[in-house]
Amino acid sequence: MAEFRLPPNSRIRKGKHFAVANGAKNVRCFAVYRYDPDSDENPRVDTYDVDMDTCGPMVLDALIKIKNEIDSTLTFRRSCREGICGSCSMNIDGGNTLACTLSIDDVKGNIRVYPLPHMPVIKDLVPDMTNFYAQYASIKPWLQSRTPPPPNHERLQSKEDQERIDEPAACILCACCSTACPSYWWNSDRFLGPAVLLAAYRWLVDSRDEATGERLDELEDPFRLYRCHTIMNCTQTCPKGLNPARAIAETKKMLAARRH
Amino acid sequence: MSNSDRPLSPHISIYRWPITMALSILHRATGVAMSIGLIVLAAWLAYAAAGEADYARFIDLMSTLIGRLLLIGWSYAFAFHLANGVRHLFWDTGRGFEMRQANASAWFVLAASVAMTAGFWMVLA
Repeated sequence: MAEFRLPPNSRIRKGKHFAVANGAKNVRCFAVYRYDPDSDENPRVDTYDVDMDTCGPMVLDALIKIKNEIDSTLTFRRSCREGICGSCSMNIDGGNTLACTLSIDDVKGNIRVYPLPHMPVIKDLVPDMTNFYAQYASIKPWLQSRTPPPPNHERLQSKEDQERIDEPAACILCACCSTACPSYWWNSDRFLGPAVLLAAYRWLVDSRDEATGERLDELEDPFRLYRCHTIMNCTQTCPKGLNPARAIAETKKMLAARRH
Repeated sequence: MSNSDRPLSPHISIYRWPITMALSILHRATGVAMSIGLIVLAAWLAYAAAGEADYARFIDLMSTLIGRLLLIGWSYAFAFHLANGVRHLFWDTGRGFEMRQANASAWFVLAASVAMTAGFWMVLA
């Protein structure tokens, strides 16, 4: 059942403001969700004024600058800073995306930064991804085959077969889509969510995989697959421009076709 | 989940609503509204069966301003649910999943549902 209000321990207090020193002219304000697990206090939103004349162009640049120069306690995940590792996924300006590929100039007004929505928070912008990864493992994201591979070469694919998995295989598992999905907010214990269903689709349409039937059996469930109501937030928010909503629709079509 | 001591990150209160999300919740809301409207439809038939005097009282009740607004609301709920239902049928064939198409079909459904409601009441009037 959908629980719209945050539980009492999650309601957000007003936080501290960190004003910029000396007369910086080009200042943007970052409002950042903070939670300290070592204190008994509720989460809060701290605001940081950042001098843009000495800051890189992306939201991640500003977060790193805040951590380096203003408040070293700020905690977030980041690694590649070029949109391929998926570590710095978070909610910025009301949408889920990668902090490293979102230009600060593309955000109007204060830059509001929250962790991925409806997730347990470990610290600040770091959500607990345990359930998400367990769901990913549950769809057996590896090649399953019964026939032995050819003795003298790899399992070959036609160019067309490869193209069917090109897009779904480009997912970086940043979880922006799943945590943008209201169905996933209300049912993440049983609904697999768009990212994991996109991964499932990637193996369903792989010409080398021989477990299509079993994979469809696992998905044929009122919750795991059919909690998708085509809200489209997944496709709308994907920082890699992928289309989980279409992959889910194609999966539903495969199940419908199998019944006839 | 075992993480109940950890705070839950904010969700619906911070998420910027795309048009497609707004229409999705409107689809559900209009479905619920029509279920309630069905009771009124049944009452209409019951009053009609009860006789002329009772039927006249029912018509008087539904002719009040509130009654008319409710009827317009239910007719809109029907029009929207129908139009958006057709949109879902297209989606079920795997079509219309580009964001550009989904946004366009959303605005089309909104316009069509308003036009259908207006047309319905113009025919009645």
